[in-house]
Amino acid sequence: MRDWVDFTSEDQDDGKVRIAFSGPMTVSSLGPAEQRLRALGREIGALDLSGVSEIDTVGAWLIWRLSRDSGAEIHGASEQALRLIDAVKGSSGSPEAPPVKVPVAAVLPEAVGKLVSTSGAGLVGIMGFFGAVLVSGWNIMRHPSRMRGQALARQLELVGVTALPIVGLMCFLVGIVIAQQGAVQLQEFGAEMLTVNLTGRISMRELGVLMTAIMVAGRSGSAFAAQIGTMKLTEEIDAMRTIGVSPIEALVIPRLLASVVMMPLLGFYAACVAIIGGAFISAFTLGIPFVTFLLRIREVLPLHDVWVGLVKAPFFGLIIAMAGCYQGMQVKSDAEEVGLRTTMAVVQAIFMVIVMDAFFAVLFYEVGWG
Amino acid sequence: MNGAPEKPEKRDKSFQAVAHRFDGEYPIIVHGLTNAFGSQVVHENLSIAVKRGEIIGVVGGSGTGKSVLMRSIIGLQIPTEGSIEVLGESITDARADDDIDIRSRWGVLFQGGALFSTLTVAENVEVPLRQFYPEISDALRREIALYKVVLSGLPESAADKYPGELSGGMRKRAGLARALSLDPELLFLDEPTAGLDPIGAAAFDRLIMELQDTLGLTVFLITHDLDTLYEICDRVAVLADKRVIAVGTIPELLATDHPWIQEYFNGPRGRAAQESQSRAKSTAKVVDNPAGGRA
Repeated sequence: MRDWVDFTSEDQDDGKVRIAFSGPMTVSSLGPAEQRLRALGREIGALDLSGVSEIDTVGAWLIWRLSRDSGAEIHGASEQALRLIDAVKGSSGSPEAPPVKVPVAAVLPEAVGKLVSTSGAGLVGIMGFFGAVLVSGWNIMRHPSRMRGQALARQLELVGVTALPIVGLMCFLVGIVIAQQGAVQLQEFGAEMLTVNLTGRISMRELGVLMTAIMVAGRSGSAFAAQIGTMKLTEEIDAMRTIGVSPIEALVIPRLLASVVMMPLLGFYAACVAIIGGAFISAFTLGIPFVTFLLRIREVLPLHDVWVGLVKAPFFGLIIAMAGCYQGMQVKSDAEEVGLRTTMAVVQAIFMVIVMDAFFAVLFYEVGWG
Repeated sequence: MNGAPEKPEKRDKSFQAVAHRFDGEYPIIVHGLTNAFGSQVVHENLSIAVKRGEIIGVVGGSGTGKSVLMRSIIGLQIPTEGSIEVLGESITDARADDDIDIRSRWGVLFQGGALFSTLTVAENVEVPLRQFYPEISDALRREIALYKVVLSGLPESAADKYPGELSGGMRKRAGLARALSLDPELLFLDEPTAGLDPIGAAAFDRLIMELQDTLGLTVFLITHDLDTLYEICDRVAVLADKRVIAVGTIPELLATDHPWIQEYFNGPRGRAAQESQSRAKSTAKVVDNPAGGRA
């Protein structure tokens, strides 16, 4: 169906071949013929274009390259063909494919080395960023009027208020799972009343705030990185600097404060919802009335468990916001980097939150809040 | 319409990909185009026809819908009403997979270049080739990309750079190289010289004229650059009041008494461009005469 260019080769007296093309020599028609020519393996003495019905720059390039490489003469070229050949002549067209294949043995050490050096630079970078945040924080404390109230309110809403439904739903379900799974095991000892202790303490101490941190990292940490990263790409950050607005003060501090303030509130809310979830399922499977479950919580849940959860939360918020804003500020080149940095922000935030959580677990045990 | 030529119901795609050069008189025909975004009407009953082989400049104040017109013609913006025919095929009633052919026959240069930022310049140029002509060997595809880069006025060394490493002007040229990738019959340029220095802009103008001349392109050019209009455009279409109020050569436009056109071409900038144009012509005459005398 498709019109391909064809050629015939004819031996000449001097041992070279004369190639005669026929048909259209355009980008859409010369793919296979070009490959056949490549495989020909003979020296070309002459190129005959008298049978060519149509030519574009790709055809002209092919003719020019063949004649240049082999010194072949061009016969029967139309005026149009000559003009096009003239237009494409400028390129040396040395087709050295750009990526040189490097053996795996060389790639691996290089990759490891790069990873080490970038993580070293990353450590320095994040310390520098932390320093810049502290300086800006200090500046704002000295001149409280520079605090961007509107931006802060907006971030408080985005980080905290709009997260309420999803955090609530998630923790309600987690509460159900803990109570139900715990009850199955505890029943073996006839100690199903301890389900209340289990659900209450684990929700308040660990799960409420941890689940919230993961959700906030996924919702807000990623949003911070993507927003700030895109602003870097569109030079909005540079524009701010030239106007004399510190991007740290305008963008980072409100997000940081919002996360730090909202994390304890969200964490406490999440723990309460988880306990309600546990009470809900216990009413069905264990026959513990809903209200009894909640009253029992008051007896078995020591106050310091609440503090354990609440003390950790602001630190988690700080980690999440720092990771998001820092990664966003690191974006330099292109759209792909925004995605990459966003992923890194979330992964780093969750990882650091869990490391921090382990640290707190030991700390609180040692101070007698076990 | 009864008079319209019937399109064959089902066509083989591989056949479509080699559709021969358009030989009608008007590669772009827009008829009765209306574009509205909500209650905001951008175009109302707009009509324009572009002649084969001409460079048509489209001018108009900001917000008159020059870019929207271009987006409608290349099928990115579905018009509220009206019909658009490009290279003899209707864009407005095209089925989703039907315009695959037509897209291989035009090239588009967006305002910011719109290069794929994760690919090098050469790879950017190769994208359309890969898309439409996968049978072309890797080596030839690379050669094609390289000569297109050179053809667009970039040094060969720019081919393996990423768009992020190029200046604004170079990015425009790289965008042009990608637009020319398939040897299109139609070239759409959205403000090609905006943001270029005067020397770079003049060189870009010359380049477009040269390419148009050698490759026999039809060029649809949106611009605010009066020098470009005087220098390279065969005709100029003026967009105002939601439609094309006038199309013609600049002298023809100057003869109309529409206030916007008068202000546009006879404002301080318009006059300056006009003067430099007439100066260029008179020097050209001086140079031409002795040569003619000798011959």
